[in-house]
Amino acid sequence: MRQFIKRLYKDKVGLLGAIGILLVIFIAIFAPVIAPYSPDEMFTAHALEGPSGEFLLGTDEFGRDIFSRIIYGAQVSLQVGLIAVGIGASLGLIFGLIAGYFQGKTDQIIMRIMDVFFAFPDILLALTIVAVLGPSVVNTMVAIGIVFTPVFTRIVRGAVIGVKENEYITNAVAIGVSPFKIVFKHITPNIMAPFIVQITLALSGAILTEASLSFLGLGVQPPNPSWGGMLDASRTYMEFAPWTIIFPTVAIVLTIFCFNLLGDSLRDILDPKLNKE
Amino acid sequence: MSTQQPILRVANLKKYFPQKLGLFKRSKNHVRAVDDISFEIYEEETFSLVGESGCGKSTTGRSILRLHEPTSGEIIYQGKNILEFSKGEFRSYRKDLQMIFQDPYSSLNPRMTVKQLLMEPLLTHHICSKKEAEKRVYDIAVKVGLTKPQVSKYPHEFSGGQRQRISIARSLILNPKVVILDEAVSALDVSIQAQILNLLIDLQEEFKLTYLFISHDLNVVQHVSDRVGVMYLGQIMEMSSTDELYNKPLHPYTQSLLSAIPSTKPREKKERIILKGDVPDPSNPPSGCPFRLRCPKVHERCSVEKPVYQEVKQNHWVACHLYDERNQTDKDKKLEEQFI
Repeated sequence: MRQFIKRLYKDKVGLLGAIGILLVIFIAIFAPVIAPYSPDEMFTAHALEGPSGEFLLGTDEFGRDIFSRIIYGAQVSLQVGLIAVGIGASLGLIFGLIAGYFQGKTDQIIMRIMDVFFAFPDILLALTIVAVLGPSVVNTMVAIGIVFTPVFTRIVRGAVIGVKENEYITNAVAIGVSPFKIVFKHITPNIMAPFIVQITLALSGAILTEASLSFLGLGVQPPNPSWGGMLDASRTYMEFAPWTIIFPTVAIVLTIFCFNLLGDSLRDILDPKLNKE
Repeated sequence: MSTQQPILRVANLKKYFPQKLGLFKRSKNHVRAVDDISFEIYEEETFSLVGESGCGKSTTGRSILRLHEPTSGEIIYQGKNILEFSKGEFRSYRKDLQMIFQDPYSSLNPRMTVKQLLMEPLLTHHICSKKEAEKRVYDIAVKVGLTKPQVSKYPHEFSGGQRQRISIARSLILNPKVVILDEAVSALDVSIQAQILNLLIDLQEEFKLTYLFISHDLNVVQHVSDRVGVMYLGQIMEMSSTDELYNKPLHPYTQSLLSAIPSTKPREKKERIILKGDVPDPSNPPSGCPFRLRCPKVHERCSVEKPVYQEVKQNHWVACHLYDERNQTDKDKKLEEQFI
């Protein structure tokens, strides 16, 4: 772990991503302290005002402070991102381990089902699931989780098949270790590198998908602040009040950018071939 | 050294790997990795299987531990055919039959410390409590030549030879009866090989172990074994005590193998028998004797009839028509006289 931090510290780009993510997490946790106003407080007299000393990033059509809403929106984005990826990663880990370990028919069945999910564009699949379940934050998370399951399944399965080739798995069988323990003690710890990288990259994808769903009106429901929802609301005013659309967009772009930077550098850091010093 | 009590008996063992061909993966052909071999291993002896790459010696070792399910045959351990057990039932037998693998770099889980690696077998078979296990780990680690502080390190912090010591410790901590050494020293430097071999010999005496030593290295085999079996294309061609095999090899294949060992006396002229061609495809073996395509003493009968694997002298088994006394023709006799 210490070595991991040291390596991350050396990789300036990855470090930048990590700092950015920590900053977003910090903002989300301390939103009530940082935000100057409540995200729902309407200053009707100041509706659609540009950035000023009073309203740092301007106000929206109801006179709500955009800066405060973006800060509170970080909570939603992170929450949806983490839980959705948690769902997708857990399901993917389970299916991937089963498919990779048993191979044969089980593998075929699981992977063909995953291929069906893969065949749909992410956003279309998420839309369908949310449309069936009904729009809400929880259903958004479930939908994004399901959308991400095939990616995780495929990555875990591939890694498991690779690790299974190693003699230490045969060695464990020869010693008499039960299949259950082989999977959890010998295989799982050795597939963590690609898995963790995928989690980081999926987090940015989940935040983007949540924003897209909210933009389409199927994610977080107004008046709760969410970045995607803010974009949706500002579509009508963007020509004469561009700040309503620019700042939430910047928030989304920067967050995803940070996650991608970290993901890419983690991929290098956790590559086992580079790990021998 | 060895008492005449077979601890493990392998009878008519066959392992065919199906070859999947074509779009619909219908099984069309089989690779005959191990084709009907039988041998016995006596208590506290070292029995070696030698042969070229791909002759099925490793498959034999792995089949005994059921790391591959054999196609047919019997493996009798302590009077019981272990192939009849279900996988679950067999698991408790695994502590008696252990294996040491060739590659010390891939046979140890990189995410476990030496201590965890060594404790795992004990805890898997519920042999003792965690505390007791810890003590045993230190005992065995010292026995194989590791120091106590090294026990909390990870495998990648060790050299190849030391890793193989860890592998040995991991196999021996269960007090097995039979240890299968699958090319256990082949991946090591020659100087380290000697250390590990001596360690193995010492441990064999101390723990009264029976070794099945699988190797392609004739010098190493001569050094460690009591009896040797020579394999070719999934079959045992010749089997006898080490002294007899190295001094009076009967089978043409064994003779050619032994002639390839570099001599320690370079000035002494030694006739080398150089085999032509390659090992035939095990999915499509030649008719009759498997060795006939490369044999320097091949005659008509070899392509027609498969030689019987029989005891031609006391404890000396050969599968070759040259030594088949039952229906030898005059021509064969002449050949035999010429070559022995």
